[in-house]
Amino acid sequence: MSRLMATTATAAAAPARPAKRESLWDDVRHSLAQNVPAMISLGVIAVLALIAIVTAIAPQILPYDPYAQDLSASFLPPSAEHWFGTDQQGRDIFCRILIGSQISLTVGLLSVAISLVIGVALGAIAGYKGGVVDTVIMRFMDMMLAIPSILLAIAFMAALGRGIDKAIIAIGFVSIPEYARIVRSQVLAVKQADYVAAARVIGDSDALIIFRHVLPNVMPSIIVRATLGISAAILDAAALGFLGLGVQPPAAEWGDMLGRGRNYIFAAPHTMIFPGLAITVTVLAFNLLGDGIRDAFDPKARKR
Amino acid sequence: MIKYIAKRLAQAIPVLLGVSILVFLIMRVFSADPAPVVLGQHATAEAMEAWREANGLNDPLIVQYFTFLTGALTGNLGESYYTHTPVTQELMSRFPATIELAVVAILIAALMGVALGVLSAVRKNTAIDGIAMVFALIGVSMPIFWLGILLIILFSGVLHILPSGGRIDPLLAPVGGTGLYLIDTLLAGDFEAFADAASHIILPALALSMYSMAVITRMTRSSMLETLGEDYVRTARAKGLRRGRVNRHHALRCAMLPVTTVIGLQLGSLLGGAMLTETVFAWPGMGKYVVECILKSDFPVVQGAVLLIGAIFIVINLVVDVVYAYLDPRIKYAQEEG
Repeated sequence: MSRLMATTATAAAAPARPAKRESLWDDVRHSLAQNVPAMISLGVIAVLALIAIVTAIAPQILPYDPYAQDLSASFLPPSAEHWFGTDQQGRDIFCRILIGSQISLTVGLLSVAISLVIGVALGAIAGYKGGVVDTVIMRFMDMMLAIPSILLAIAFMAALGRGIDKAIIAIGFVSIPEYARIVRSQVLAVKQADYVAAARVIGDSDALIIFRHVLPNVMPSIIVRATLGISAAILDAAALGFLGLGVQPPAAEWGDMLGRGRNYIFAAPHTMIFPGLAITVTVLAFNLLGDGIRDAFDPKARKR
Repeated sequence: MIKYIAKRLAQAIPVLLGVSILVFLIMRVFSADPAPVVLGQHATAEAMEAWREANGLNDPLIVQYFTFLTGALTGNLGESYYTHTPVTQELMSRFPATIELAVVAILIAALMGVALGVLSAVRKNTAIDGIAMVFALIGVSMPIFWLGILLIILFSGVLHILPSGGRIDPLLAPVGGTGLYLIDTLLAGDFEAFADAASHIILPALALSMYSMAVITRMTRSSMLETLGEDYVRTARAKGLRRGRVNRHHALRCAMLPVTTVIGLQLGSLLGGAMLTETVFAWPGMGKYVVECILKSDFPVVQGAVLLIGAIFIVINLVVDVVYAYLDPRIKYAQEEG
């Protein structure tokens, strides 16, 4: 709440701003729009999303079939015909990277959605209810945090078997504690506020209080965490693919492409360089956007 | 302080117990039957049944779990389905390799990270600051296995100056000792072997350290910037103390507090990263082994390894908190709820 007031205060102090009272969200959008790296990242993400959608709807616009094998053309180096070269099966790596954006973005978004929904719910309940409920939920979260998340995800994939849907579940599941922790600590802080006490006095139900008064205050931290969470999920998905636990062949997934090139590391380095570059650029974009959103929500960081 | 440590250790017990249940659930309940994987697709149904019976997989789950748990409490984690060697022995033989890699990586990450972070804070908004921040950003955005591969391509494939994998030339490997080759070779005075071990560890340690280095750099920079703005730092400067001295003695000291925590937490996360780095560099440690065992359904090993890693993780977190309390006398843990 104090953050909200501080933000509106800054907005009021700036003479160039319109006289209309700005909401927190207007203010954040305004500040984000002035953050050049974040805007470039947003552009990169938009292009990636566009590529993913277009290649999903009309895969025929790709110059080569990303799944068609041609063993006479295996391991061709990058050239004018094959910009990123070809892989062991003679498939065009550029086309496979383009179509691979579908899987990376899907896994990133959906796994974050899973951990977000479950994590926020658990964190809100734990923080708001307190007592035994809190202890049970948070001990369970501690337990999950006691194992490196990638190890947990690998174990899950080994148990569930390969597949994008399973990767989404595995990655989504292992990130639940991060959200639960953030939400719980913020709920604990907000719970003490007078306006929450007032709502309770009026007779508002717990659910109403959580949704109307508590969660809106937690939103900024959650949005920042979720944006950065997408990049973490894409990295985890790539790691699973790299270890051979990701997608079923012949699906094109960046980490999987990297893993398959491993035996030809010196003979055909291009099979590994470009998929890795695709992962790094995508993750970098989400990281920069997340940093930008965090700064936009934090008036203190903006002044620096 | 002792009371606090005891309390924290007591709290760790239910967490570890929970970890054991979680791992058990994943490996035994959600997993497919390991028999065809271990015995091969062509094994007869009778052979598989006999194998399941012999390995206790036909017992009720609750019995299986308690067999595992009571075993774990007495230091017996069962034996590998494949080698029939005790899991503890399998893990312990690979443990030093992972520890050596993780320690070298965290040293690189901490030294470079703090140095870069301080430099960019002191030279805020200069080119140095910009380069350090871009470096840190790329460091957290790069998959470490890809970085490992790039390092191999460059230093091993193109420049031919460092080996692409393994831990040491087998002919030079030290026998017995701590299992930490860098230390064993030094103690034996075998400098050729030491140099060989060092040349093998550079690339994997560098790859493994990158993410942590980036996180530490960012943390050090923001922490340092915060303390540089404090009144007592301004006072020290106003008294006429040199900038370098103020930076080192007044600002850095205080700024290191949160950085210590981050370094400790990173040491824990390195254990996760080690699984990928070890796989890329054929480093004969626990991480690579666990990945292999997961892929071939060697349940006892996986359960034991995850439990061990969980325990290490908890101990590291405890040590971090204790060090933090020691560094910052304002913190009194007795009153903390934990």
